[in-house]
Amino acid sequence: MKHIFQQVFRSGKFVTGFSIFSAIMLIVIFYPMIVTVSPLGIIGQGTFFPPGIYVSVYDSMSATSYTLNLDGASEMRIASKLNEEDRLAVKDWLVAAGIPESEIDIADTAKLLDQWFTNYDPKKNIPGMTNAKRNYFVRLNTALKGLLSDEGAIVMQTNPQTGELAQIDTIQQTDYVNVGEVANVRMLPLGTDNFGRDVLTELISATRVSLQIGFVAGLIATLIGLTLGLFAGYVGGLVDDIIMFITNLFIVIPPFVLLILISFSIGQEQRGAFTIAVVIGLTSWVWTARAVRSQVISLRNRDHVNLSKLSGHSIVHIILTDILPYIMSYVIMALILQISSGILAEAQLSILGLGPRTTEVPTLGLMMNWAMIYQAHILGNWWAYMPVLVTIALITFSMNLMNTGMDQVFNPALRD
Amino acid sequence: MANAMLEVRELSTKYVTRFNEDVYAVDKVSLKVDEGRSLGIAGESGCGKSTLALSLMGYYFPPLHYTSGEIIINGRNISGMKPDDIRKAILGKEIAYIPQAAMNALNPTRKIIHFIEDVILEHEMYVNKKDIYDRAKKLFETLGLPPEVLEKYPVELSGGMKQRTVIAISVLLLPKVLIADEPSSALDVTSQKMVIKMLKQLMDAGFISSMIFITHELPLLYNVVDDIMVMYAGQIVEKGTSHEMVFDPIHPYSKGLMGSIIVPEKGLRDVKLTAIPGVPPNLKKPPSGCRFAERCRFVRPECRVASVQLREAENGRVYRCIIPEAELREAYAREQEVQKHGN
Amino acid sequence: MAIEKKLYLSAKGITKTFGFGRQKTVAVDNVDLDLYEGEVVSIVGESGSGKTTLSKVLLGLMNQTSGDVYFQGLKRDISTQARKQEYWKNIQAIFQDPFSSYNIFNKIDSVLLDCINMRGGKFYPREKKIEMMTEACSFVNLKFEELTNKYPFELSGGQMQRLMIARIFLLQPKILLADEPTSMIDACSRATILDELMHLRKEIGMTIIFITHDIGLAYYVSDNVYIMEKGKFVEGGSADEVILTPRHPYTKRLINDVPKIYEEWDLTTV
Repeated sequence: MKHIFQQVFRSGKFVTGFSIFSAIMLIVIFYPMIVTVSPLGIIGQGTFFPPGIYVSVYDSMSATSYTLNLDGASEMRIASKLNEEDRLAVKDWLVAAGIPESEIDIADTAKLLDQWFTNYDPKKNIPGMTNAKRNYFVRLNTALKGLLSDEGAIVMQTNPQTGELAQIDTIQQTDYVNVGEVANVRMLPLGTDNFGRDVLTELISATRVSLQIGFVAGLIATLIGLTLGLFAGYVGGLVDDIIMFITNLFIVIPPFVLLILISFSIGQEQRGAFTIAVVIGLTSWVWTARAVRSQVISLRNRDHVNLSKLSGHSIVHIILTDILPYIMSYVIMALILQISSGILAEAQLSILGLGPRTTEVPTLGLMMNWAMIYQAHILGNWWAYMPVLVTIALITFSMNLMNTGMDQVFNPALRD
Repeated sequence: MANAMLEVRELSTKYVTRFNEDVYAVDKVSLKVDEGRSLGIAGESGCGKSTLALSLMGYYFPPLHYTSGEIIINGRNISGMKPDDIRKAILGKEIAYIPQAAMNALNPTRKIIHFIEDVILEHEMYVNKKDIYDRAKKLFETLGLPPEVLEKYPVELSGGMKQRTVIAISVLLLPKVLIADEPSSALDVTSQKMVIKMLKQLMDAGFISSMIFITHELPLLYNVVDDIMVMYAGQIVEKGTSHEMVFDPIHPYSKGLMGSIIVPEKGLRDVKLTAIPGVPPNLKKPPSGCRFAERCRFVRPECRVASVQLREAENGRVYRCIIPEAELREAYAREQEVQKHGN
Repeated sequence: MAIEKKLYLSAKGITKTFGFGRQKTVAVDNVDLDLYEGEVVSIVGESGSGKTTLSKVLLGLMNQTSGDVYFQGLKRDISTQARKQEYWKNIQAIFQDPFSSYNIFNKIDSVLLDCINMRGGKFYPREKKIEMMTEACSFVNLKFEELTNKYPFELSGGQMQRLMIARIFLLQPKILLADEPTSMIDACSRATILDELMHLRKEIGMTIIFITHDIGLAYYVSDNVYIMEKGKFVEGGSADEVILTPRHPYTKRLINDVPKIYEEWDLTTV
């Protein structure tokens, strides 16, 4: 037994898959201990906040301000206000106004602004310019005017007693705060979803739930398949015929359709995560049962089984000690595949809206569902669905890799 | 002095396992098969006889590696040749090799005649299919195989018929030497007899000049080949004519081997079969000294010291033991007396 | 003066068919067999002759389609698990392939311990069990101390087969069915196994049925020989009678087709 373990862990494929899977498991277990926010808590008012570090503006006012004179600070400031589109628009206006193109360099902010302020005239009539465009340039001009000054800003607050605005603070352009000293900073590496939930926390929680559903579904399916396969294969005769009849029923009806029908019929109220897992498990045992049965049929006429019978062992003892260990490697591989297909089945159901109730737990499929419904893919909000896809892919990939690695160990014919 | 068809000098080959260990399967084997003679190789499983057969073709592929020695076929030294050259010039044309369960080489989805076409077209480019068919038909008829077999698929043939077909195909290109490794062990006794008959026919009719026959079944060897060579743990332990080897072996191992022959003939029930206790040595670390010492009933301290060379006995026989021939024969005679009185 | 030998096993009209309708195959066709105490009997047949099926029926691992088996005069009843276990106290088997006779996940001790259990020794003290197992092993010239706690793959083929014989020594059945016990063993070790089987037979007065395709082996080892072809017994009698003076054409062919060393082997008859 021990040398089998050693061989399995020497297989490159198995070790790779196992590492990826363990990493996922460790993250799923330890992350909630560190970050204790509720995964379904809505934190963003608005949809699809992009990934980044969110700093409270109000609190940064109260934080200690440090004066930093950094080179290029004003350029950075102007550059962030004047994006590529605006620059091109300025260039277009200047060219239309008669400035030769060779003299205009949109990368040189200072020169560009200089040229603009020298030449801009809101009343100038440029042929082909629409009204909207004209207003655009007016707005642009106003925005640009303030850019070059190095005046700070004044913060005013309404005095609760007098009702008047009073100055409470000034902010210089050279004032910086240390993010670590700001009271409220939140990192959202994956932004928020359509509801305004932290995608990263939601994703990890969803992974945990999906894994649980997958494990439960896979375990149920494997146990049912194993038991039915063992008895059908070993006992044969009428028992075999009955079990095969039931199995054939389940084959003829596409399991996924069955899954949808059951899911639909138990209704929204009953659909908890565990219920879904059980339903998936009850509809996907067929392949395992048939595979186990055929293995058992080939094993039951072996000499050691006959000798076991001659030694007076009971049917159950023979099945457990002479047949089961021989198919164990196969069963474990079947279990791994059933778990990964259970996760996929849940994702598929959830995308269709037939997955677990949406108010209690997130699952990977549900996250995909929401992203689809709220058109994240059209709006380009990749963080709402890409990480989910990658997670599903990684889980399935790592499990299949482990499976292939084990297969190569147990079946020398497959070694490369 | 007859022409030596196949001569092997001090051939050594080894297997390299997955864990990069060397298994010294064949150790300095020398043999000579003259034109018109056949040689049998006998021994327990794992003694290296099949490896030797494979090595004789000069066609090595991992995990089998050539270590040292020479192989000369019809005067031509093939020891240094590249695999591709061997495949083109030697295999099938000078030497034909029939491995164990050779009948499994027949592609179940193609007719026998197509298999034959492949073989001939690979070696002779400008032959048309009609000629191939005629040649095959003629060969089959000469060997007593029904020509209808040519148009059949392998699944339609019995095991014995398949094996005989494969043997017939292997001599199509008229090789000088035929090496057959257990050609009949998977067959029932009647098919076995047919295969043996065919092999003898090949020799008698001149299709092949020499034959090497490998099997663990000694009665079979006795009836087929002229000379017998016994192998143990990768080395030759004795060589002599068939009659000498079966009825008058010298080396203790050969004696034990011949003493374990079972034939349904009168007198068998009165003899006691000999058994040799123990198992052959591990060829990853061959013992220094005599490789049979562990299991030999005549073992002496000198046996384990240095490796034992082949020595000559009368009549040009050779055997690998430090004990002189006369002494061994005396010991055997004594043992036989004891057995007679014990019964 | 012939000593009245006890009739151990008697099979009358045993037939076993597989499938039905057009796909019906008759594996064993109306076979009669009488086995006496202490006899050695061989059933010789080529592959496909039905000898393995017959052996399974005799062992009680398979039920015959028609016919009866009598053990010590009484009709055999193996309808329940308990009755089967009772029957198997009297008849045991050794199979052809020593490697597949063992459960590769269990240590070899378990094989011997199962035998002790079957003889009612489940609650014997540990020392007594070890003593019994050592005695069984030494009967086949194996040392129990060297083999204990080993897994089957650590033993050689010959050792495994001899351990099977040790198992029989512990079980002491009245009848042993040996299905090709030496066909996968090297020639040098064959004699050891046959010797041990014969020794065991003398020791406990066992009847042995050899199932084999090797007519030479049958001749060497048996008192009586039965020749089986396509499910039927075509000839039967003492070993000398059947082998040296065969009557049925199939028997004659079988003997002719085996290579000889003392007589001329006539290759023209095929």
